[in-house]
Formats: sequence, structure tokens, C-alpha cells
Amino acid sequence: MLLQGIGLKKHFPTGSGFALGGARGSIKALDGVSVQVAEGETLGIVGESGSGKTTLARLFLLLERPTAGSLLFDGKDVQTFGRDDFARYRRSVQAVFQDPYSSLNPRMRVEHIVAEPLPPDNGMDRAAIRARVGEVLELVGLRPDSTALYPHEFSGGQRQRIAIARALVTYPKLIILDEPVSALDVSIRAQILNLLKHLQDTLGLAYVMISHDLAAARYLATRLAVMYAGKLVETGECDAVYGEPLHPYTEALLSAALPLHPSTPRHRIVLSGEVPNPANPPAGCRFHPRCPRAMPQCASEEPEWREVRAGRFAACHLY
Amino acid sequence: MPGAPLLVVEDLKTHFFTRRGITKAVDGVSFTLDAGETLALVGESGSGKSVTCLSLVRLVPEPAGRIVGGRVLFDGEDLLQKSPAQMRRVRGKRIAMVLQDPMTSLNPALTIGGQVSEVVRLHQSLHGAPLRERVLEALRRLRISAPVTRLRQYAHQCSGGMRQRVTSAIALSCEPRLLIADEPTTSLDVTIQAQYLDLLKEVQAAAGVAVILVTHDFGIVAANADRVAVMYAGKIVEMGTTLQIFNNPRHPYTQALLRCLPDAGRQRQQLVEIGGQPPDLTRLPPGCPFAPRCPERRPICEQTYPPAVFAEDGHVAHCWVAAPAGTPA
Repeated sequence: MLLQGIGLKKHFPTGSGFALGGARGSIKALDGVSVQVAEGETLGIVGESGSGKTTLARLFLLLERPTAGSLLFDGKDVQTFGRDDFARYRRSVQAVFQDPYSSLNPRMRVEHIVAEPLPPDNGMDRAAIRARVGEVLELVGLRPDSTALYPHEFSGGQRQRIAIARALVTYPKLIILDEPVSALDVSIRAQILNLLKHLQDTLGLAYVMISHDLAAARYLATRLAVMYAGKLVETGECDAVYGEPLHPYTEALLSAALPLHPSTPRHRIVLSGEVPNPANPPAGCRFHPRCPRAMPQCASEEPEWREVRAGRFAACHLY
Repeated sequence: MPGAPLLVVEDLKTHFFTRRGITKAVDGVSFTLDAGETLALVGESGSGKSVTCLSLVRLVPEPAGRIVGGRVLFDGEDLLQKSPAQMRRVRGKRIAMVLQDPMTSLNPALTIGGQVSEVVRLHQSLHGAPLRERVLEALRRLRISAPVTRLRQYAHQCSGGMRQRVTSAIALSCEPRLLIADEPTTSLDVTIQAQYLDLLKEVQAAAGVAVILVTHDFGIVAANADRVAVMYAGKIVEMGTTLQIFNNPRHPYTQALLRCLPDAGRQRQQLVEIGGQPPDLTRLPPGCPFAPRCPERRPICEQTYPPAVFAEDGHVAHCWVAAPAGTPA
């Protein structure tokens, strides 16, 4: 396993920040999530806003410390990491963010943007750095002479290519893609999705792709994890989950995606109500107030996370 | 006028005059809309869909932007000839708008009740108890839960889906004939998006209001539109009924757009790309603006803008390639 999260929790305290011990409660952005990413695979994480998918990505990028649970990289717990381990982790795990208009520094030239993740003591001289930058720019399909330009001289799709080149420069094993095509135009999305796929095939990268776009997630992901209100509700092979969703939330989420043809029949499950408040999630199963198949025990007992079928995990009292 | 369309737009041109030159954001757009009908305006960013909508209600940001030509006939009256005071009586009453981000279109300092009643008070001259009743009715129509408590709440106390329902309640409170919805669900979650679109469709059918739905999402088009207009670089390049566009797209741009979309209902396969980048609107080529990216480009495409080609009843495409053989060039 390349990266493994075990029982990850992230709670943000709320209430007055002054009086010691005055915190009144906490927002349970992530409440016990266990996921793993193997080498060369794409784990798609789908869910609505507030489901905790971005918090999970921030934990993976070591931008937040988990409140509880542990993160294992190549079998080693991040909490026991020394300086060298951190340096290695940061080289191996890179990120591409949603909006290439805000994720690139407008005052830096492309060559500096792309070279920035390289650690200062990497033993490369200027010529080697320049060669590496040229190499990754070519990988993402940008002309090598774009190194002297600034981000504003590029269109949205080209900027996202720069962001991908920046992620590639340190020879990573895993790239966290946080909504990589959501900010792009429809005609450009296919270019970037194909590029990501091609890079994965040639470089053997693993991806964690966070998306609310179920079609884009299906295109890249080999495994899918569905989140709701800070918890995982279901994981499994991507095609299996799309083909036969087990959890009622997954089923509703997939049915909400609009088919691309007016005469495609739709089996719509329209959910009533709203995503719960993470400061005060419902008791029992967090989905039960909106669940079309809720049973009495769903309101009181929290469903156990278990293997429902071979390779298919879900947390639901139906199984 | 029975039988006449509710809205006729003829050769609408809205240009922006900037230091870099003239940006032809909308460049000769024509379409009609019948009462109760839904027309989807589809296109990428910069294709002119939003500026078209703003031009219809004369809200183009001046002085940089100006409507430089065309006619907008709404119920037989040319909106482009009206005075600002006359336009204020049209906007919000006969033509209403719902914008993309409800957090920015609602005033954070006013209560929901205050914002809904503002429109009703202005256009219907209601006060006191009848006004309150009317406001509650508008909220109930959009199935806003606990409307009486909502009246005293502020925008930040509502969820995203609820906020968009509030803006729609405001838009529909004066029973407009035309609703312009500019990317109404882009900022909403998928399950909430489905909820909202279904509700909008239901309210639309009940009130008989015509809708111009601006979107870049073909899934929304397939589910909600009666007719579709595909825009590229300020022009409508293809227009037809939803089935015509999906089953038999004639313009290479429409064809490419439909092919390049990942589909959640299908297994993974290589996506067909549209090469190149969207055009620079200040430096448009003389011919077809899509020609530089078009896989079926011919020499004539780069010189002359193609005329309208009629495929079948009401289905129009502007393309030299889609023209039947033998059409004079």
C-alpha cells in the first residue's frame, strides 16, 4: 500500500476562542475514515460539499494534522517521520488544485513555478533544473519556450497543464487531484482528462481524485470512495459501484447525474432535505433523515463499516 | 397577438470597447422564444451567453459595453427603444433573472422577507398584510420550508439550495412572462441541483413562464430544454429542438462538444478532444470563428462566415461543411 489512512478524524473546534476550555463543540469534518491507495491506481473520492473530501486531501498533503487516526506512507506512520522522511514524502506526494487562476503565482515565470517544488539541496545545478523543467513541460504538452512567460499569458487549460508540470517535477508517486477539471471549459476538460490518463499510463502514477463530477471521476478512477457528512459510506471498484451501488446514498448520488441524452430513461431518486450540519450530525446513520430506505434502527444505531461483498465495503444497515 | 412568439431577438450585437480593441461579445444573435418554452443557451466561457442575457434586459455594463445593433421584441415592444425608467418597470416584473451564485445576488444585510417584499412592493404596489401574504405565497411556491421563520432570516442562515430557491421566489413573485436563468445550478451540489431543476420545471409549467436557461452542462440541457442554441465566439452556430441537436448535430463544434463529454453512464473510454483554445474575441478570423479548431475545415471557412443551413424543420446550423453539396459558396 502506498498510502493508507486508518480511522482518520479531523475535528475543528467551534465557539469562543478566548476562554481556555471554552470550546463549545466541534465541526466533525472527518469522522473516522479509513482508505488506502495502491501504487498506480486512481482512487476517486466523490461526495457533496461538506462531505469531508477536501479535508481528507489536506490530511494527505500534511496540511492538517488528524485529530485522531493515523496515516501510513509505504507502511511507515507519518507521526514517526523524521526530517528525511518528510522530505521524501513531500517529493512523492504532489497536488494539482481546482483553479489554475489562483494556484499559480502571477508574479513568477513558468520556469520558476515549475521548479519550485524541487528542494533547495537537491544537488542539481541550474542547467539540470532547466533541463528537468523542459522535460516536464514537454510531458504535459507545452512548448519548451514557454518557460519565460507568466501565467496570465496562458489560457485556463494551459495553466492547468503548468500546474500538472509543477506536480510532476519531483518524480512523484502520488498526485492528489482536487477537482482538476471543474474550473475548465467543457472543450478543454477532455484534453486535461486525457493528459492525466496518459501520464498515469506512462509514468505509473497513483492519483487520488476528488470530484463532485461523477462523469469525470468515472473516467479516471479505478476505485471509488463515496463520502457523506464526514464519513465513508461505500468503497469499491469503480465500475462495480457505478453498475450496482450498494448504499442508498450512492444510488441517489449516481441517479442525480443527468444523462447526456434527452431520451435516456432516468431512474431518478430525488433526495429531500439538505446535507446535515457537520457540527451537529444526526444520530445513528448520518444519512437516515434523507434516506428513502431508512429503517427504525438507522436513527439510533450507527451502521458498521464492513465488507458487504468481495472488495465492496459499505456502512449500511441494509446489509 | 396570438400565435406571435413572446420574444424575438434579431441580429443583436453587443460590443465592448476596450484599450485592446473591440470585443464582439455578441455578434449578430437571432432567436425566438414562445410563451412557456425553455430555450437553452449552451457554450463555453466567453461565447457570449451571459452578455446576450444581459443585453435582453439592458444591463450590459456601460460605458465599456454597448448594444450596437439589433432588435429585441418582447410582447411586440422593442426593449432597445425603451427609456431607462420604462426598462425598470419591465425588469423584475415581466422579465426576471436568476443568477449563478445566490450568495452574491442576495443582499447579506437584508432579511429574506425584506428582499422578497421589495420586488412585490415595487411592482405590485402592495403593503401591509396583503404584501406579507403575497411574499409567503412566493416562498411556498418554491417549497421553502417554514416560510414564516425564513422571513426574518438572512442569506447566510440558509443553505446553498435554499438560497437559490429564495432568488427564484423573488424572480417569480411578480409572475413574469420570461425568466432568464444564468447557470442557476452551477454552485449547487448534484443532489440539490436535481431537486432545484425539477422544482423549477414544475413551477414553470404551472405559471406558463418562458425560460432562457444558460448553461454549459449538456446533462441539464437534455433534461430541461425544449430547444437549444449553441453559441461560439458571440454567434449562435447551431439551433434546433433538443432532440435534433442531440440526435443529429450538424455543426462540427456541436458534434465535438457532445463527443468530448465524459458520461457517468458509460464505462471509461478515450475522450475525443477538441484541439486548440477558445478564440480571442478581439482578434476573430474573418470567416467562421471555429475554423482554426475545426477538423473538417475547408479553405472557404477561413474567408467567409457561413450562411444558415436548414437541416430540417427549425434546425439551423451556420457551417460550410454542413451545407448540402452544390450550395453556392
